[in-house]
Amino acid sequence: MLTRRQLLQSALAPTHFPASARAVIFLFMPGGPSQIDLFDPKPELRKWHGKPLPVEATKDLKLAFIKPNANAVASPRQFARHGGSGAEISDLLPHTARQADQLCIVRGVHTDAFNHDPGELMLMTGSMQFGRPSMGAWVNYGLGSESRNLPGFVVLSSGAPPSAGTNDWSNGFLPSAYQGTQFRRSGDPILYLSSPEGFTREMQRSRLDVIRRMNEKRRRETGDPEIDARIASYELAFRMQSAAPELLDLSSESARTLEMYGVNREPTHQYALHCLLARRMVERGVRFVLVSHGSWDDHNDIDKGLDKNCRITDQPSAALIADLRQRGLLDSTLVIWGGEFGRTPMTQQQRTDIGYGRDHHPNCFSMWLAGGGIRAGVTVGKTDELGLEAVEDRIHVHDLQATILHTLGLDHLRLTYPHSGRDFRLTDVAGLVARKLLRRPPA
Amino acid sequence: MMIPLLAFLAVDFARDIEPLLASRCTGCHGERTQMKGLRLDNRAAAARVLGAADSLLLQKLEDGSMPPVKPKLTAAEVARFREWIEGGAPWPDGTKKPAAAKARHWSFEPVRTATPPVTRNRAWPRNEIDRFILARLEKEAWEPSPEAEKSTLIRRLSLDLTGLPPTAGEVFAFLTDNRGDAYERLVDRLLESPHFGERWARPWLDQARYADSDGYEKDYVRPHAWRWRHWVIGAINDDMPFDRFTVEQIAGDLLPGATVDQRIATGFHRNTLTNREGGVNNEQFRVEQVMDRAATIGSVWLGLTFGCAQCHDHKYDPVSQKDFYQMFAFFNSADELDIDAPLAGEMGPYLAALPEYRKKREALLAGCGVAKHQAPWEARMKEARAQPGKWTDWDHAFDALTKYLDNALTILDTPPAQRTQKQTDAMTDHFVRNYHRVISKDLWKELRFVELRRKLTELRVGFPALSEAPVLVERPVRRPSHVLTRGDWKNPGAAVEPLPPAFLHTVPAGVEPPRLTLARWLVAPENPLTARVAVNRIWQELFGRGLVRTAEDFGAQGEKPSHPELLDWLAARFRDSGWKRKALIKTIVMSATYRQSSAARPEIDARDAGNTLLSHQSRLRLPAETIRDSALAVSELLHTAVGGRSVRPPLPDGVIELAYGTDAGWPESTGRDRYRRGLYIHFQRTVPYPQLMNFDAPDASLAACKRERSTTPLQALNLLNDPVFIEAAQGLAARMLRESPTVEHLFRSCLSRKPTSRESGLAREFLRDQEQRFASEGDAARKLHPVELPGISPEKAAAWTALASAMLNLEEFITRE
Repeated sequence: MLTRRQLLQSALAPTHFPASARAVIFLFMPGGPSQIDLFDPKPELRKWHGKPLPVEATKDLKLAFIKPNANAVASPRQFARHGGSGAEISDLLPHTARQADQLCIVRGVHTDAFNHDPGELMLMTGSMQFGRPSMGAWVNYGLGSESRNLPGFVVLSSGAPPSAGTNDWSNGFLPSAYQGTQFRRSGDPILYLSSPEGFTREMQRSRLDVIRRMNEKRRRETGDPEIDARIASYELAFRMQSAAPELLDLSSESARTLEMYGVNREPTHQYALHCLLARRMVERGVRFVLVSHGSWDDHNDIDKGLDKNCRITDQPSAALIADLRQRGLLDSTLVIWGGEFGRTPMTQQQRTDIGYGRDHHPNCFSMWLAGGGIRAGVTVGKTDELGLEAVEDRIHVHDLQATILHTLGLDHLRLTYPHSGRDFRLTDVAGLVARKLLRRPPA
Repeated sequence: MMIPLLAFLAVDFARDIEPLLASRCTGCHGERTQMKGLRLDNRAAAARVLGAADSLLLQKLEDGSMPPVKPKLTAAEVARFREWIEGGAPWPDGTKKPAAAKARHWSFEPVRTATPPVTRNRAWPRNEIDRFILARLEKEAWEPSPEAEKSTLIRRLSLDLTGLPPTAGEVFAFLTDNRGDAYERLVDRLLESPHFGERWARPWLDQARYADSDGYEKDYVRPHAWRWRHWVIGAINDDMPFDRFTVEQIAGDLLPGATVDQRIATGFHRNTLTNREGGVNNEQFRVEQVMDRAATIGSVWLGLTFGCAQCHDHKYDPVSQKDFYQMFAFFNSADELDIDAPLAGEMGPYLAALPEYRKKREALLAGCGVAKHQAPWEARMKEARAQPGKWTDWDHAFDALTKYLDNALTILDTPPAQRTQKQTDAMTDHFVRNYHRVISKDLWKELRFVELRRKLTELRVGFPALSEAPVLVERPVRRPSHVLTRGDWKNPGAAVEPLPPAFLHTVPAGVEPPRLTLARWLVAPENPLTARVAVNRIWQELFGRGLVRTAEDFGAQGEKPSHPELLDWLAARFRDSGWKRKALIKTIVMSATYRQSSAARPEIDARDAGNTLLSHQSRLRLPAETIRDSALAVSELLHTAVGGRSVRPPLPDGVIELAYGTDAGWPESTGRDRYRRGLYIHFQRTVPYPQLMNFDAPDASLAACKRERSTTPLQALNLLNDPVFIEAAQGLAARMLRESPTVEHLFRSCLSRKPTSRESGLAREFLRDQEQRFASEGDAARKLHPVELPGISPEKAAAWTALASAMLNLEEFITRE
């Protein structure tokens, strides 16, 4: 395991400019959490509750299921101001609220897609089409990994899986070395990690030794340097066989830490474990950790759905921030929380035998960022009083991606890969770094 | 880990600015129209608005007044303009070359009939290929490599032509065949193997983005997709000429008197992804599918990145946006349909069981009063369709109808009495499944449709239905096609007709339907691309890289051919001798070039790192499927049946659960189906079989014209520990212990060669060591090799299993040398 000092001094691929973050933990909330009920209060909606919104405000809206004339519904949540910055956060997120001074809440995020699959792909790969590399793959391609024993891009998923599945962490057309490796919840944490039944670690080592010797002999005979890469890949696999269990062994974590995250307690356990593992991975040099918890797709019964998801994720997410901070890792670790889009101020349901819900809303939604050179204790961006459009400091997901790369010292315009006759990048043909989110003054 | 240098990307006129001018400005300020007297299609005319200090253009873009209609430029695009104008607005001459000038790019020129050059060394060449290759090597004063060992040659040929390693018996027979034509006899035998079609179908399936599910969120299983794969394997085994192979896949349904097989061939186009996610606009998605088909023609047959012209004229190649939508128009009037395509022996049992089935089904439906609910439901559906937004629940239900029921609107618009039986059943099934969306929970319970649905399913499972096949059918009335501004389906521009790209040859004369005309145009003798692209991809399979390294791009951004005359010689020969795939492959593998040793040439490799000049063969890591097939083959577990349905070998727990779709389960195949070739593994797009993805199989989203060959630790774990490979090791060990428990036999079986004395020593030492370890580890031996072998101690069986596993992990085992 790397000490903090080693982590800071370890050799890096040269970046385009000085990095403020060395690792990213993306707390991905697929399905689309409702910003109106969590981070972006809209008291004005009370006036319209149960009625269609004014036509001039909704005439250009294009939504997945409902039509713009659906009835508005005000949030039943209580919002209070938190921390020195007075951030507005709803009563569904009491733990997150206590970390308000570490957060940069971004209210003006918008995207192009109003369906899950294209929306997730847009957020994770910068394009609504299948087949593009995901953010974690781009970051590892650009920076390499600092871990000798673990993959550079790890995925942890709980609850309902994201709808685009493995495409959310695909290497796309980048070499497969950059794909996200999913740590699994049952069986081996990494697929095929355990040696076969009956095989001790010594036997595995001696199996690897005979393979290595024969491969080395073939290397001498053929002169093919690819064989060296193959030999190295087996050595890394062997190290992963011990590093992964060590990573998952929480015996060195204090009872206080486990308690803080909510490990070994329901309903938080699985997601809390993933948040804690994300911290342990970052300590061990993993570059990009995608922690996914779904689904936030509350078309019906949104009060119940949000309550459930917040009870699961609020405490562990907040604990991750606090824990990174107390270990001095928050400054170099960028944490992002958010989904592929937000939800509408209108309800989807007319029926009375099913609780009301909200439709997908791509035009404005909220995310938060923390650490890694991002400003702390601020709320950036503003949406209109009905929560239909972002009106100030609008941040497209391409801008968000450009900003994430920027914190890692990467210029999104220069992080390119040639494929099918042109250079591709994460931000497609767009993206502007959202300098307002950065702690350092604009260069 | 690989860390490439990052290219510096300052603002680039051709890449960043010109496409925006072309798509957003020159419509009003261009050659035809000059509003306010302004032209933005050349530097001289535009100069007055480009002053770095006071650019009117920048001002208008920044205040959002231009362009006057949506979509506005994004902030990033405006920033690019600022950067460009502040940098003096460089406008390189000739970035917008006239089409004629661009068309001089090498691959758009006619295929030339080149004469093979004369070489100094007359002894080495075996055929014309070698004279092209050798002449180039001689320019560098380099010698070709000697021929590979016979044992290497049979392994190379077997893997390249059938995707399977040779058996020890086949190796022995070849090594002891001293006839002068032993090599050619071997080639001929392999070309006639039924496994040839499996091996050579794979790259074609990659290009066609073949999969067994829809993709996207729902990712429904496509139970009949395999029919097209089956057709491909058969066509390649029968050596169907490539021109016919092309015509049938593009327009087999339009051939006079089209057979069922010719219609099944059009299943090529049914491999596009399907998005059934709620809320997706059906017309939008249909248009996207047609675009994908048009782009795929570009990638697969023409080697052009045609899809780039979806939103704007191609930046590097002379493909205009109009060209793209003309190609689009060829496919815009083709609809998707699943037809009855009975397999041999299905018709009799079907006809015999039909009357009883219908009677029982009608009784079940009548018993629940389905008809009386369905008619008003259909009427309300039509109302919801006419007045969207009026009833939210019905909007939702209507959306579900169009998503989950293929061709729903056609059926809805057909009066019930005129519907086919299939249409009637499909609509009723959908109704029974989805009525709950618009009724109260109480009524839903009362109707007992859940139970009805279960009974209908049971009835259907017992009924010997006819097999189906996904095909294309042409609409009676053609849909009009338009250039779609910025690729937006809601934004049609000028009308277009189905025509091939203007910079290539014209269509053959005749009155055939447009899609059939396109097919004939692709394989017309004057087409400069189709034959070159096809032979290059075959070459790529046999040498690891194409003569044009960018097999997917023959345009200006692609690489030039390393041996242009050879490429043309092969293309002309392929085209002029009847487009025969087997003959072309035979010509290539008979060459001395192909037969060279793959050992590195340190003195040359420093100057020709990619082995572009072919001073030796290349060592190539095997494709994902071949690695699995090889392991199953040497352990004699492989089930070698050719063709047929997809199979689902066991998956580790927790893999399929990743699939979001409701339909995804993984009913494991039983018996020998678990051991069928990798080509037949059910490909679920959102959760592909892990071993395939670990070893670089493409994800079936876009045409994949070549595969990566990566080296990762996950591959090592896969081969070391995946139960499939452990089972193969157990099988291989049992086979060795049964046949001849010697290291020599093991090497001959796995690597087609005998071991060196050092290798024998290492292996025997390992066996001894393992046997001792197992002896002291309690029941570990029985765990590693649970099957008892007569007269063999469990420790010995386990030690042999460990050694067998090591063999399957050797770099040489997963490499074709």
